[in-house]
Amino acid sequence: MGEISLKLNGKLETKDVADNTLLIDFIREHVGLTGTHVGCDTSQCGACVIHLDGVSVKACTMLAKQAEGSEIVTIEGLADGDELHPMQQAFHENHGLQCGFCTPGMVMSAVEMVTKNKNISEDEIRKGLEGNICRCTGYHNIVQSVKAGAAKMGG
Amino acid sequence: MYSTKYIKPNSTLEALEAIKSMGEGKFLAGGMTLIPTLKQRLASPDGLVDISGCDLDSISDEGDAIKIGAMTKHASVAESGLVNKAIPALAKLADGIGDRQVRNRGTLGGSVANNDPSACYPSAVLALNAIVHTNTRSIEADAFFTGMFETALEENEIIEAISFSKPTKANYVKFPNPASRYAMVGVFVAQFNDGVRVAVTGAGEGGVFRHAEMEAALSSNYNADALSALEISSEGLIGDLHASPEYRASLIKEMTRRAIV
Repeated sequence: MGEISLKLNGKLETKDVADNTLLIDFIREHVGLTGTHVGCDTSQCGACVIHLDGVSVKACTMLAKQAEGSEIVTIEGLADGDELHPMQQAFHENHGLQCGFCTPGMVMSAVEMVTKNKNISEDEIRKGLEGNICRCTGYHNIVQSVKAGAAKMGG
Repeated sequence: MYSTKYIKPNSTLEALEAIKSMGEGKFLAGGMTLIPTLKQRLASPDGLVDISGCDLDSISDEGDAIKIGAMTKHASVAESGLVNKAIPALAKLADGIGDRQVRNRGTLGGSVANNDPSACYPSAVLALNAIVHTNTRSIEADAFFTGMFETALEENEIIEAISFSKPTKANYVKFPNPASRYAMVGVFVAQFNDGVRVAVTGAGEGGVFRHAEMEAALSSNYNADALSALEISSEGLIGDLHASPEYRASLIKEMTRRAIV
């Protein structure tokens, strides 16, 4: 056990955790933010993607202790009050989801790749989403959503 | 995951002291292999020594080589101006590892120390005649990889950096498994003034290896046609549910042909 402190969606969180606690369990169980999902729990599906100091990572494949002192943004941290983030709005408008389980990870991956590359191409979007799996196989609308989101984000 | 202890020291010296204080400790780099292994309870170290705070993540130009710190992430190598200018094939290789999130966490040193038979980086280390710098010595690439998941690293030896020789020409082409994206066969070809080095990953039962016949053929004629008469032996190649040894032999030739540009 030991104390960790990190910023989660702008709020400082300090908690006692066991050394073998995964970051995803810290976010979901210790803090209670359940928007970040656990799909496969084997680093493949990307439902657990969050931003760690501005880059997308899979929260199921990190220890909470490795995130000590970092700034984390989860899907709950994107919207501004009732106003959706442009990427969330784009997923809504383009029907970029079917069951919605993979969506938090898809949106977090999309926001990171578009932030780094405003004029992102369709090929780059598809490559950027390699770590996110949609078992409804709704990839076409997801890619369209990311394109539309990129335009809204100033691409 | 079994219960374990986590320590994050600030230098390799402190990291060595920490691991010596444990019965069976493990160094933790990016964790892209180790954390999943722990989650499946395939390993139960009594402690993890996270070396991400040991200042091992720089990239520098050493004249005839590019030196990359062991904790440099794949994404940083892929985006590095220095690497893209001096050895673009290495940046391309890093940009094709796993997926975006793996590249944001996975490290050069972690991949090379693990020596997964399907990992991309070991082929670059071997083909670019790299030198692996550890806390105690410098190891030449040809002496570093000793078998599947096996290296010349001693107990409690940490890779600090790897120097990749600058080739006159190089390329890396892999045939990724459609599901896992791991290399079913990956070939790194590098041309130097004194000859061509060809390293094959994903295919050998003993892990990454150099292909002497293709090296000889390409050293005398750096052209894909130089390969056409070669018969690639399937002896010692991996056969599994993804591909037979014979199919992998055929992929070795095809990936090498595509790498010659």
